[in-house]
Amino acid sequence: MIALVDCNNFYVSCERVFNPALEGRPVGVLSNNDGCIVARSNELKAMGVEMGTAKHLLPPSIRRQVTLLSSNYALYGDMSRRVTDVLAEFSPDVEVYSIDESFVGFHGFDSATLEARGQRLRQTVQQWTGIPVSVGFAPTRVLAKVANHAAKKHPGYRDQGVCLLAADSPATQALLKQLPVTEIWGIARRTGERLRVMGIETAWQLREADPKQIRRRFSVVQERIVWELRGQPSIQLDDMIQPKQQMMVSRSFGRLTSSPHDLREALRQHAARAGEKLRAQQSVTSAVMLLVRTNAFRQDLPQYRNRVVVTLDRPTDDSRELIHAAIQGLRLLWRKGYAYHKAGVMLLDLSPKANRQLTLTETPQTEEEAKRSERLMATVDTLNRELGRGTIQLGLPRAGNAWALRSEHRTPRYTTQWEELVHVR
Amino acid sequence: MTTTASWVGSAALNPAPQPLPMFASAVRAGFPSPADDHLDAEMDLHGYVVKRPAATFFARSEGDSMIGDGIHHGDLLVVDRSLEPLPGRVIVVALDGELTVKRLERVGQRTYLSASNPAYQPIPLEGREAHVWGVVTHVLHSLPGATP
Repeated sequence: MIALVDCNNFYVSCERVFNPALEGRPVGVLSNNDGCIVARSNELKAMGVEMGTAKHLLPPSIRRQVTLLSSNYALYGDMSRRVTDVLAEFSPDVEVYSIDESFVGFHGFDSATLEARGQRLRQTVQQWTGIPVSVGFAPTRVLAKVANHAAKKHPGYRDQGVCLLAADSPATQALLKQLPVTEIWGIARRTGERLRVMGIETAWQLREADPKQIRRRFSVVQERIVWELRGQPSIQLDDMIQPKQQMMVSRSFGRLTSSPHDLREALRQHAARAGEKLRAQQSVTSAVMLLVRTNAFRQDLPQYRNRVVVTLDRPTDDSRELIHAAIQGLRLLWRKGYAYHKAGVMLLDLSPKANRQLTLTETPQTEEEAKRSERLMATVDTLNRELGRGTIQLGLPRAGNAWALRSEHRTPRYTTQWEELVHVR
Repeated sequence: MTTTASWVGSAALNPAPQPLPMFASAVRAGFPSPADDHLDAEMDLHGYVVKRPAATFFARSEGDSMIGDGIHHGDLLVVDRSLEPLPGRVIVVALDGELTVKRLERVGQRTYLSASNPAYQPIPLEGREAHVWGVVTHVLHSLPGATP
């Protein structure tokens, strides 16, 4: 069995830990430049405010009641790491899927004990970090996602916050029969329309469909979803659709490595790849999370996992800036004496480039240019390292100038800055 | 390039750079090395006060209500959320939407939050919205000459 553990209204929950007065009140967290709402408390959802609503389009009646905060990615990144660390107390097999979701492997555990374990996990995460989570157990990732959704929303599971779906069990059947096919992870709306023409409207009907036929009509990916719904693991984490507003590029090393150069090279490549993907979908990012970990299945070796969020002064899609952030982050993450297994780059707070308010270095990069600028970056980095920081500075805006990222309502970075700790009377 | 790095977890995970000499585990099966007894690691204050990194947070104290416990205005508090709030412990509580530090006390059937400064009255918890936030395990107080 595998569990999907998802933090409820994660950004809002992080804010509430340090400001309990926000409990029970409508709260929204804004995207970069305070443009639109990217996280909502249940109270705000109940007022009918949709995800992505532009701040200036909020009706005045709601505007008066709601607390709107700028995003505080240093805080969210730190809280996310704490949640993952607690999960690792329950099983060594923790895979980060997004800033607020992780898959936790429970292979070889007695399934009869899992619901109780899920309860304890939930309770422990809540107590240790203050973050409420929902837990969905299932034999496959796609079903675990369904289970997690039920644990959060379904009247039968909501109070528990835990839902376990065994393959084809009566509970699983009942849920899948209620679930429109387009709500399944990885089924796009257009695919859903074509499925409907074939008479497949619910998740259960898709589970009953002939996998070969689905492959012929659609693709091998859609076929795998059928197998997953039947309880046969067929989809790797890296093949899963990425959540909106985040983009992850990560890979395991071919062999364990203790070399800082390998890590540096890997993060550099991942950051560059993430930049390409970002430009391809015409988005910009304003916060970069770096992740490194050792191999949890080698308990004979010292274990280490960590992550860091580097916030950028302004939204960007420039690989050079992403790589720079990655290398900066690595300096904070790097520990000697561990055999590293995986490194990853996650871009947070994605928004459409068209919405970017100010464009300064709007030069589309060709492959050649990108390579050249990468070499340039490396030279600049070397010179700065050898001759002192700031020897060579790029013509990019400095902190605090007129172009700096707007974040008027950002809460203190409670857990990562000495000057900004939470105050208690 | 102007990026600001903020590291995740001052009160956090970071296993002390080298908690154990590398070969300590490798020699487990063989004869104990006579040298093992003489390996003195650098003393790591963070590891000494932070027992559960994922659950440990730092906070800044305000006011003089806990002066009797040696908590001064501006001191650094180490708060462990994984510990049980037993009577007698100094805890951080979310009280009416604000975080406050007090000692948890039980008198008969009633629970109070008490200050350790006679100028403050104990606060009965009955009928009030209060959630335990964590247990204060250490206070770091700076003296003249310390650079903050």
